Order: sequence, then C-alpha cells, then structure tokens
Amino acid sequence: MSANLTFPKGGVHPPELKGLTEKLAIEVMPLPDELELILGQHIGAPCTPTVKRRDEVSEGALVAEVTKGLGVPLHAPAAGSIKALGSSAHPLRVSAPSITIKTNPEAAPATWEVQEDWRQSTPEELLKKVHDAGIIGIGGAGFPTHVKLKPPADSPVDTLLLNGAECEPYITADHRTMLEKAEEVVEGGKILLKILGIKTCVIGIENNKPDAITAMSSAVAAATEAGFDIRVVALEVKYPQGSEKQLIQAITGRKVPSLALPSAVGVVVHNVSTTRAVRDAVVLSKPLIEKVITVSGRGINRPANLLVKVGTKVSDIVEFCGGVKPDLARIVLGGPMMGFAVSTLDIPVTKTTSSVLFLTEDEIDSRELSNCIRCGWCLEACPMGLEPKEIGIYVEAGRPEDTAQFGVFDCFECGSCAYVCPAKRPLVQFVRLAKMKAKR
Amino acid sequence: MWNVSVSPHVRSNESVDKIMWTVVACLVPPLLLSVFVFGVQVLLITAVSVISCMAVEAISQKLLGREVTVKDGSAALTGMLMAFVIPPGVSFLIPILGAVMAIYIGKHLMGGLGYNIFNPALLGRAFLLATFPVAMTSAWLPPLTDGAIFTYLSSGVDAISTATPLAVLKEQGMLAFREAFGSPAEVYPSFFLGWRPGCIGETSGLLIVLGGIFLMYKRYITWHIPVSMLGTMAVLTWIFGGDTLFSGDPLLAVLTGGALLGAFYMATDYVTSPSTRTAQLVYGIGIGALTVLIRIKGGYPEGVCYAILLMNPLSSVLDGWFKPKRFAPPAGGEK
Ligand code: SF4
Ligand code: SF4
Repeated sequence: MSANLTFPKGGVHPPELKGLTEKLAIEVMPLPDELELILGQHIGAPCTPTVKRRDEVSEGALVAEVTKGLGVPLHAPAAGSIKALGSSAHPLRVSAPSITIKTNPEAAPATWEVQEDWRQSTPEELLKKVHDAGIIGIGGAGFPTHVKLKPPADSPVDTLLLNGAECEPYITADHRTMLEKAEEVVEGGKILLKILGIKTCVIGIENNKPDAITAMSSAVAAATEAGFDIRVVALEVKYPQGSEKQLIQAITGRKVPSLALPSAVGVVVHNVSTTRAVRDAVVLSKPLIEKVITVSGRGINRPANLLVKVGTKVSDIVEFCGGVKPDLARIVLGGPMMGFAVSTLDIPVTKTTSSVLFLTEDEIDSRELSNCIRCGWCLEACPMGLEPKEIGIYVEAGRPEDTAQFGVFDCFECGSCAYVCPAKRPLVQFVRLAKMKAKR
Repeated sequence: MWNVSVSPHVRSNESVDKIMWTVVACLVPPLLLSVFVFGVQVLLITAVSVISCMAVEAISQKLLGREVTVKDGSAALTGMLMAFVIPPGVSFLIPILGAVMAIYIGKHLMGGLGYNIFNPALLGRAFLLATFPVAMTSAWLPPLTDGAIFTYLSSGVDAISTATPLAVLKEQGMLAFREAFGSPAEVYPSFFLGWRPGCIGETSGLLIVLGGIFLMYKRYITWHIPVSMLGTMAVLTWIFGGDTLFSGDPLLAVLTGGALLGAFYMATDYVTSPSTRTAQLVYGIGIGALTVLIRIKGGYPEGVCYAILLMNPLSSVLDGWFKPKRFAPPAGGEK
C-alpha cells in the first residue's frame, strides 16, 4: 500500500471523536411500533404513495412510486398496516409528506436469500434492480444511484471509487460496515463495475480505520477474479477527504471542473454503504429498507452503531440508547460538519441519515459571531480555493448578488471555513444566502 | 428546545479574544526587559497607553451605539503596541492622546474592528510624531547598565536624553556611530539583546523574534510577511545603504529601529495586511523597500512606521490581485 493519499489544498482537522463508537459492533435495533417514511428521501420530486390508509403491507412491499422526475421507489421497511398518509417533521423543510406504518410485531421478519448469480445478468437488468430497490447515495445528498451509474455517453468512465473515507467526526457507520461486511462491500463493488462496464475500482479509506483497511484488503484479495481490478488505498485523515471532488483528486489526481460531474473526468464515486446496499438489492433482491447509523455524542447515555429501519423515529432511538443526558444542547442528523440540527425528537431517520448526534454544550460552540478580522484562515481552510471571508462581508453589507466572483457556486458547504473562523462567523449560512441571490 | 443553528456544529477553540490576548502576552517579555533597560516609567507609559486605548474603545462603542467589545483584547493590543513605538522618556499625556487618535478615529470612525484601513497603533504613533515632534524624536534614554530602574523617575529626562543608533548613523555617519555604540562585534549582541536607545518595546530583537516564533508555532502568523520584509530590508540596505554600492550593513538594518517589532507585530496585523500568501510576500517586500527608501532618502532616520502605513491601504488591492487558486475552473473557462 502506498503512502496516505490526500487532496493538497485546504482542509481541517477537527477532533475525530470516533472512539465513542468505533469499537462497538453493529446492533440490530428492535422494531419500533411506528415507522414514518418521508416520501422525498432522495434529491428530486417526492414519490407518490401506492397504498391507502388501513392497507396491510409486508416487509419490502412497494409503498410509493416515482411519478415524475428523478427518483426511486419506496418500500415498507417492515410488515404492518398503513396508519396515515400525512406529514412528518423534516430537518430541512419544516415538514414533509410521509406514510406512517403501524408495524406488526407478530409478523415474522422477512428472510432475504441469495437469488441467482448476478454474473449471468446484463448491466441493464442489474441497473433496473438497483432502481427498483430504491437505492440512493446513503452517505450524503441522496442522489439516485442508478442515475450515477448511467454516465453521459460523451464522458466515458474508467474508474470506480468506493468512498470509505468517512471523514466526518463521530460517525463510524461506514467503518463498522467495512469491518463487519467487507465481503459484501467488495461484491457490491464488482456489481457496480459490471454495470459500468469497466475494470478498475479503488476503495479509499482514511487511515484512522486501520482495521477496516485490513478487512477490506483481505476481502479484496480473497475475491480476486479475472476482469475485476480492485484495490484499497489509505487516505490521510483530513476533513473533507470524503468529499467527492477531494476524494477523486486524492486518489486519481484528476480535478473535476467547477459545476461538472465526476464523470467529466472519467470517474464515478459511490459510498461503501451504498455499495453494500447495491449488493443486497442485486443478490438478495432486498430493497433499501434499513441502514446502519451511528448514535453518538456525549449527550446520549449509550452511544452505538445501530441497524435501524428507515423511518425509525429519533425518539425511539433515544429510548433504545438509554435516554439523553440533562446537558444535551443540540441534536444533529448527519455529521457535525455538514449535518442538520433538529428541534424535535419526533423526526424519522431517512435513507440518507448516517448518524444521530446528541451534543452537549461542551461539544458545540455557541459563541456569537463578531466582525471579520481578515485573518485569512478561512481562505487557507477552504478546499475549493474560495473566499468565504469576502462572501460573508458582502452578504452582511447587503450585496449577496455580487458574490459569484468569490466562487459561491463551487461551495459544497463543507464547513471547513466556519470551523476555523476565530470570529465564529456563520460562513456556511452566508454562503447559502449568497447562493440564493448571486448571479451566475 | 434545542439549539438549531446552522452547520458546522463543531468549531475550533480559537477565537479573536484568544488570538489578541496571546499576542499581548507575547509582548510582555520585551516590556519587562524594557523596564531593566529604560526604567520603571516605561511600565507606567505602557499601562497608561493600554488603559486609555481600552477606555477609548468602550466610550467610542457606546457613543456609536455599537456593542462594547473591549474584552476581545484588540484595544489592549493596540495600546501595548502603541506604547512600544514611543520613546521611553515621554510624558504620560502622550499615550492618552495617541489612544484617542488610534482607537476613536483610526478604528471606530472607520467602521470598527476589521474595517480599519490603517494599523491603529501606528496611526497613533504617526499622529503623535506630527503633534509632538520634539518629544517623539528626542525623549530617548541611554540604556541603564546598573539595574537602577528608578533613575529616570527622579531625575529630569531632558538632562540625560540621547540619540538613537539610526539617528546617529543618518546624521553623523558610520564613524560617529562606531564611536557612540562600539565596534560591530560589540554592537550586534548588545542591540540584539536590547541594550540600545530606542522606543520602549523595539530594542530587544531576541525577545521580539522569540515571541514571533511562538506566534508562528501557534499558527497565528506565518513567516511570509516578516521574512519578505526583513529580507528585502537586508538586501536593499546591503546594496544601497553604504557609502558605495554593496557596502551597507544588512544586519544592522534589521537590528535597529523598529524593524523587528514592525515585521513580527505590526505588519502582520490581520486587519490591515493581505490574507493570501502571495499577496503577503509582495506586501512584505513593499514595506521593506519603502523602509529602506525612507531611511536612506527620507527626512526621518526611521521608516518602518510610515512604510507600513503606506502599504496598509494596498492590502485589499493585493488580495484582489493574488486571489486563492480555485480548485478547478468550469470546463468552458471562467465567466
Ligand atoms: S463551506 Fe464552502 S467556502 Fe467554506 S470551506 Fe467549504 S467549500 Fe469553502
Ligand atoms: S476566518 Fe473568519 S475572521 Fe478570519 S478572514 Fe475568514 S471570515 Fe474573517
């Protein structure tokens, strides 16, 4: 294995705090009484329900279908009856349409068995399975996976990258998945290679997970097969190593141009947990109905890595994890750098939730912002070479429309700039405001 | 209800307060040494300067209806730095007037912390130099060698005032300089340690450099501005600073006047210096070149203060010229 790869410009080193959960094996959380399935789990228009109130559904049954635009269908995570077609709290939109399922504790859990050898299927058949199983990028924004697997014809792809960087502090869900399900991730990688019709796959893992690197390397070695060239590389621990553009640059040296997709430089990136879900979809015909999440932070009594059903409410997770501590100050869905703070426990886990963090006052930093002192630290931290300080100053001065010159549209809101800012300026917030008004 | 502010939810433990007070702390060793070199009155002058700056800051912010932020340490730092660049034998009134100029006019009328174009401490000094030209250019004291730090408190300062090495060099030439301060072998070590006439905080190269290295270790400043500024000064002095070309004394240029203090503590002021590395290098070179120009051709023996003030307004221009390198431009080129 070569030296740890990394992206050259910017980046930060927040305390990793993965020790709270990295040694804890994935636990299966018992089925909660109710599940709330948000219809818009993915990027794009929400699904339309295919069930009515009081319908009985079995585990894995289709409950909502794509009717317009990009998207993937939604399945019942467990057997039960449809209690309501209503709305749920949502971290970004205050509320979102959803399906509530009253689970049936009597029903035997579905058994998912190996169906047939995927090697006999055509790429098109495999791609359809990925779509039908409702797979989206579960490490991040929720982009439908089958779309990423059909790169535009004018930009041929030669490399598949599997993203096991998991560079956000606290989160260990991908780590545990790679450690405990290494073979399944590798098999998923092969399926993706077959769909893409290419040979080369590189799995990038930050070197703070040496056990995962070892496990994945042995799984790769054990699965050597003609026509598949898969290898594991160690990445330097630096945030945001797992960001798509930074990862591609670290591993392949290629730079994805502004506003372009990775396929522009011949690369497709999938998260390792998504890859495992692809494997389950193809090999077991199992839809994406459950996922591994990390429950962590000093504000929860029992941090854990949990396998939960999509739609499980945070309140049920809190109960299962021994309740919250009195000094809990903030609840975050996702990582501490890019996740969303929520104001209620009555909010369901979606396919893209990678963690639920319960942070105490000591862990967050609620100091007020002050004037920009022009220290330039944000410029040094920004992996995209942008000028967050100017964006902030312009937004404050009421000129958000003039911020395109500082690169707002290249900002993927990684938060590195705001992390280092000594004046505690909410630079990501400023960027979001600027993006709404700036002229391209 | 829980706190739902926007991401990131974790932030580094650095803060403006921590940076400012750390820099103030780095200035304490040179100040203490100054007490041994020039006597206890320097402590009083510095205290008056710091307290007046903090008071003027609080009053200005009250008057302008802004939030009072004296405890962020930036006014204290200005007070400290302003005291460091005034002579050790001046009256206590001087730093009070300087504080009004530096903080009220130089900082708050320009928009407050972050919006001032000129380094407030140097603006204060420039104002004092214009208003009290005699005191500001003659209240120099010869270093004490006997540890009798109360000497200048009791005796009249005027009676014992002396001239700074740069002034001697400029007005009387190298021979007079050698006579007054000794051979190079004697001059370098004593100047480096701080035993020479000069402003309150500028004499000890050793302690200033150590403080600067500490700030670099903390990553509060980087080498770019100090090195480019001092390097330029050394090279240009070597070329043009002697009686013939290439006969100047580069080391002496760096060890005299406010060169080191200016390089590590004044020119690196975040607000008034550029933010990108390349711009910082150019800025440092500019200050170094202007300093040498003023020292050799100008009317004053020392040029660091004016050189920095002249470069201050160029900071944002330089930042605009040397923008950070973008990750990758859009495929069709930048619009
Ligand atoms: S949030 Fe945007 S501006 Fe800030 S560091 Fe990340 S990419 Fe740069
Ligand atoms: S890090 Fe904060 S204070 Fe420093 S330049 Fe950027 S926005 Fe301004």
